[in-house]
Amino acid sequence: MWEQIAANRRRSAVLITTMAAVLLSLGYLAGEAIAPGAGLIGLTAAFIIWLIQMGLYFGAAESVLLAGSGAHEIQKDDSPRLFNVVEEMVLASGLGYTPRIYLIDDPAPNAFAIGRKPGSSAVAVTTGLLHRLNRDELQGVIAHEIGHLKNQDVKFMTLAAVMLGSIVMLSEIFLRSLRFGGRSSRRSESRGGGGQAQLILLVIAIAFAILGPLFAQVLYFACSRKREFLADASAAQFTRYPEGLASALEKIAGASMPVTCANKTTAPLYIVNPLAATGQSLSLFSTHPPTEERIRILRSMGGSSLADYEAAYQRAGHGGLIGRQSLQESPAQSIRDASTDGPVESPPDTRAIQSRQCGYIPVHCNCGLDISVPETYNRDTINCVRCGSVLTIPGTSPLPTGGEGQGEGVSLQFQRQTDGWESFRCACGRTIQLSPGFAAPRVRCGSCGRSIEVV
Amino acid sequence: MSAALIVVIVIGVILLAVIGWFIGAYNGLVRLRNQLENAWAQIDVQLKRRYDLIPNLVETVKGYAKHERETLEKVIQARNMAMNAKTIGERAEAENILTGTLKSLFAVSEAYPDLKANQNFLRLQEELTSTENKVAFSRQFYNDSVQQFNTSIQVFPTNIVAGMFSFARRDFFEVKEEAVREAPKVSF
Repeated sequence: MWEQIAANRRRSAVLITTMAAVLLSLGYLAGEAIAPGAGLIGLTAAFIIWLIQMGLYFGAAESVLLAGSGAHEIQKDDSPRLFNVVEEMVLASGLGYTPRIYLIDDPAPNAFAIGRKPGSSAVAVTTGLLHRLNRDELQGVIAHEIGHLKNQDVKFMTLAAVMLGSIVMLSEIFLRSLRFGGRSSRRSESRGGGGQAQLILLVIAIAFAILGPLFAQVLYFACSRKREFLADASAAQFTRYPEGLASALEKIAGASMPVTCANKTTAPLYIVNPLAATGQSLSLFSTHPPTEERIRILRSMGGSSLADYEAAYQRAGHGGLIGRQSLQESPAQSIRDASTDGPVESPPDTRAIQSRQCGYIPVHCNCGLDISVPETYNRDTINCVRCGSVLTIPGTSPLPTGGEGQGEGVSLQFQRQTDGWESFRCACGRTIQLSPGFAAPRVRCGSCGRSIEVV
Repeated sequence: MSAALIVVIVIGVILLAVIGWFIGAYNGLVRLRNQLENAWAQIDVQLKRRYDLIPNLVETVKGYAKHERETLEKVIQARNMAMNAKTIGERAEAENILTGTLKSLFAVSEAYPDLKANQNFLRLQEELTSTENKVAFSRQFYNDSVQQFNTSIQVFPTNIVAGMFSFARRDFFEVKEEAVREAPKVSF
């Protein structure tokens, strides 16, 4: 279903063929340039390099890449919600199999999908993502990843990466052999015959060796960006709720912290480039389109079908994205309502507990910054010092530990029992802490302003 | 002689092309129909799972919210009605009523803090929420498949193949919006 896969396959075939042509002509030219008539040897060398690269990439199982990313497989009991959301998206996409689910212990929110065939497919998310997104947003992210699997992006991008790797390697070898192996070229010079033609060929080969990898890279990255857009379109179609993914992307991009275990090999896999912490700008060599643009396109969709995404995509000043056939076959879909589920509950945050113990209110901003607001701060909101967004300060909940709170009720008096640390609750619910050195006769509550007598 | 040969070859090629297209169209239709039946089976799996979860939920809630007998009975009733439904239309309607009663059950449970702190209840709530979603998503995929299938057996020239092998139109799994939107009664 959804024939963008077919359109993808055609486009992919063109790309792979182009890259193969670059690789082979580079091999031939390099061979001819080093020694006349050795073009065939060059071709063979190019092919052998491709075979080796192919073996390296396809030999490296998904499990190796996953382990390299610090991911460990989880069972349903570890995170029922994540499991359920993945299963929901498998049903919505008609994928036909459930990928394995991995968790990465990293506070930076991000996710990726991997797998060239059903049996080895996996979806990995970071703990930061799980704790920061609500159900709709998580659904959007997972739908994007399932979209990658459905469109067979991983398989194709691996093939393209093999081609790119081979081209880069071949040109490296050729350029190095020119620098260090001067003998062969001198020999061909001394032979005299067609020296000038040989020189021209050499220049062409060098130009090709320098420009070929660049060209292949530009192609590769352009394709990678296009596939991100396509996966976004799929996500909107599966969830019928583009806002979920848009808001998730906003949170992920706003977190602006790099994923610790991500590297250049795994970076293209993630939903948002995990290495570019801030200021993503579009260049020919970026693996992902600018996140702001992806959000803008998702938010300007009139419905949730592929055709709606195509329209929004073209409005953003791009050419066509989705094949004509799949557009015709995609039925019109409206956008559903938001679900009422709250944010995913995060485990107790030790840092927050600590700062609460010390008389500060922890406030978490979506940009990733944790702010500690003193209890005496007497306004309801505070501006994030990094991104400037307005944050509401939550009322403090009772301390989870050390709850020897006394003096409840509406009394405006607190009886000190010891000389050590003491905490009690004000009538408004705020916890007030007294230090061992506290000597004043009264203390002012930070939220309601009541003055409480300390005896 | 050679002209006749050319004619024979041309006719042969055209015939081969037509047969090839025929096979392709037929296989495409079969693939679509299988996908559709698969999707339908998925809806069934999820609905069954919901029936299995409901007795557990009712048992858990009973222990904490003794005064909600009426709501609980309604849930059980709706479940039995859905399980015994005969036609697709009847079933869809019963499922919608069940969804409504479950919503009111969860709304009612808000009034019982002890129940809301119960791990078992939270787990069941998550499972049921997700099962609801899974039903909705399987239905979404089923309906998309039906639309694609119905379109392809109607358009020319695939309709010839569809007519020859009697591929019949399929019904959508419809949801009556009013039933789903029925506001849950909340009593504290």
